[in-house]
Amino acid sequence: MTDVDPKDLHAFAEAADAWFKENVNRDPGFMLPLTFMEVGTDQQFDFLQTWQNKVYEAGYLGAAWPKEYGGGGLPQAFQTEATKAMRRHGGPIFLNAIGLNWTGPLLLDMGSEAQRAKYLKGILSAEDIWCQGFSEPDNGSDLGNAQTRAVRDGEHYVVTGSKIWTTLGKYARYMILLARTEADTSRKYDGLTFFLAPMKIDGVETRPIRKLTGEHGFTQTFFREARIPADEIVGVEGGGWKVAMRTLEYERGARGGQAGGYVSVGSNAWDVLDLARKMTRGSKPALEDPATRAKMIDFMIDIQSNALCGQRAAFSPLNTDRPTGLALSSKLMHTDFAQRMNAFAIGLTGPGGGYYVGDPNAVDGGWWTRSYLNSFSATIGGGTSQIQRNIIGEHVLGLPKS
Amino acid sequence: MQDLGRLGFSEDQGSLLEVATSFCAKRSPIARVRQLIEDETGHDAEVWREIVELGWLGIAIPEAYGGAGLALAEVVPVMEQMGRYLLAGPFYSTTLAAQALVAGGTEDQKRTLLPRLAEGAIATLALCEASGDWDLTNIACTATATAGGNLKLAGTKQLVSDAAVASTIIASVLHAGRPALVMIDRASLAPDALRREVIVDETKRACELCLDGVEIPAANLLDPSRAEAALAHIHLVANLLAAAEMCGGTQSVIDYTLDYLKTRVQFGKLIGSYQALKHPIVDAYVSYEQTRSHVYSAAHCFCEQGIGEIATRMAKAQADTTLSFAADRAIQFHGGFGFTYDCDAQLYRRRAIWHASQYGDAAWHKEKLADLLL
Repeated sequence: MTDVDPKDLHAFAEAADAWFKENVNRDPGFMLPLTFMEVGTDQQFDFLQTWQNKVYEAGYLGAAWPKEYGGGGLPQAFQTEATKAMRRHGGPIFLNAIGLNWTGPLLLDMGSEAQRAKYLKGILSAEDIWCQGFSEPDNGSDLGNAQTRAVRDGEHYVVTGSKIWTTLGKYARYMILLARTEADTSRKYDGLTFFLAPMKIDGVETRPIRKLTGEHGFTQTFFREARIPADEIVGVEGGGWKVAMRTLEYERGARGGQAGGYVSVGSNAWDVLDLARKMTRGSKPALEDPATRAKMIDFMIDIQSNALCGQRAAFSPLNTDRPTGLALSSKLMHTDFAQRMNAFAIGLTGPGGGYYVGDPNAVDGGWWTRSYLNSFSATIGGGTSQIQRNIIGEHVLGLPKS
Repeated sequence: MQDLGRLGFSEDQGSLLEVATSFCAKRSPIARVRQLIEDETGHDAEVWREIVELGWLGIAIPEAYGGAGLALAEVVPVMEQMGRYLLAGPFYSTTLAAQALVAGGTEDQKRTLLPRLAEGAIATLALCEASGDWDLTNIACTATATAGGNLKLAGTKQLVSDAAVASTIIASVLHAGRPALVMIDRASLAPDALRREVIVDETKRACELCLDGVEIPAANLLDPSRAEAALAHIHLVANLLAAAEMCGGTQSVIDYTLDYLKTRVQFGKLIGSYQALKHPIVDAYVSYEQTRSHVYSAAHCFCEQGIGEIATRMAKAQADTTLSFAADRAIQFHGGFGFTYDCDAQLYRRRAIWHASQYGDAAWHKEKLADLLL
């Protein structure tokens, strides 16, 4: 790793801080999504695409990606500072999460030179929005059983089938697609191939799906003899499972290389604490209620657990017994916790918990209920919490497969 | 957002962790742990001598008093590995007694006694009473000046760890109406002043100590002006080290259970393939990693005003919750065998109950945290 001059880093951090202070627009006049999975209107999309592009042009996104592919070519510490600054000033999320966090690092790692040159800059600038085609209507957690077919025809593969829960499906220009190139392999995984598939071509159609929150955010994607160029494979034909598993490591935070920034904003225990101060129980602030106090401390301990476990990677002597354990547990720790805390916060709002987003009386604009309902996207998407427990049990603790 | 502490790890911690891991593994295999449960003293004098030679008793004693002059942060990996291998002995008691002296002793007392403790003289603290209060300043035992210039003690202390093998016992008493600490030479006690107690963690030893009729020189009174600060310090050190010992124990009770889940077959399948067993053991493991993060954060931040206390209470609360859960599930997942004395799961469950009972359980520390944070 390149040596970092603390003076340079400090100057960069200060400049980033000033830039975000100047440029963050917290209130565009309409509700912004909490995560990249909830971009439901063209208004939201346009705003967030412009925002990501602006941050990239300013040099605060992809700062640590190689220069030749549009990155800043700086050590990771610089991007870390930029991300801190945008968080500090409450910057909106980056919508191109699948590009920035999964596809990008994957291509840097396993992509061909041509693929890197073609795709990476567009990912950073938000010109090319990416989506993911893994889950199918009949194969969700059982990803290895994917049935969307891709049949070789000259210089193309002809794809037929359907993918579901396609976040940003309506807007995406490209999809990372897992499709079956061979039907009769002895292991179901061996027939899968990983494509970088164009979305704006004949034979690809998306249909919006309405989420439990009432908003739109993802689609079902239908392939009807869509033709994908044969050189858009990552790895080799039949080697898609390995590539998909690597992608999931990026998605679950088990492997680094992401472009930086963040793709969701969540509630934290201190926001819940403010809520407990302003809500009332028995004519007193809810925060004076012993049960509420006990719960608040539980959340603070949990938040601190997650923060400290995030720091552990830097202290390798503490991670020798099960080196992959923390990385593979991270998603489970964060997502289950967020769900519990949001559910508790709804209770704190008392009768106000009966309101929903859109009513002028809704406490905090309905943030807590919306956050709770949305939290399932994180406990289900990218492998359910139950699948996460299987992964930790089998890959970290060495238990037999379920 | 409030600062709740952060991780840090020193080179000294690293080398102590390495040495302690292999030492404890070698010197405290489970068969030896079981043997020592049957032993009156509860520990192996030869192993104690080796521990003394390794310099572990002096880790957190200042150099001026014969120690290594490191911090309590460096005691944590040692304690953690002792917990992992259930290594028995008066290390915890003696370290706490030394800290009582460091924080509350007079210059003379520190100069006389600390070098001896660093060299392996065993000492312990006598703090608990029948009131069962975790507040160490709630004291009924008394020390009263006699005409001859001595101090006459009265009352009864409970759960005095390793008292039977200690040369010095430091007890909390009320002196002139204020909490105070006094040193008692164990050799000066009447034979019936100590009664071995039946305690839940059979790898440990504790006595009831009757102070009635015990007379000590006035010079054995620790600095009265620092007594309350010393008690507050002891309370946090005890919880920090207990959290470390519990954290190590959690690691091994999970490993012990995993071995069973990977070898026991029922309905034609290894039972570890059933999600009803797999998922809870994963939850225990994730919680263990969180505990370890808390323990090393508390170790790193221990000396920081305010943050040290927050981080330590969080570590103890988390360690109690986690070891209790992991060991409880360990018993359950061993089925019929889990219900037997021979199954090691009970050793860890008893250990969790013991440490929760001493110096405060999870619920109590959370109450204290609520006062500090809310």
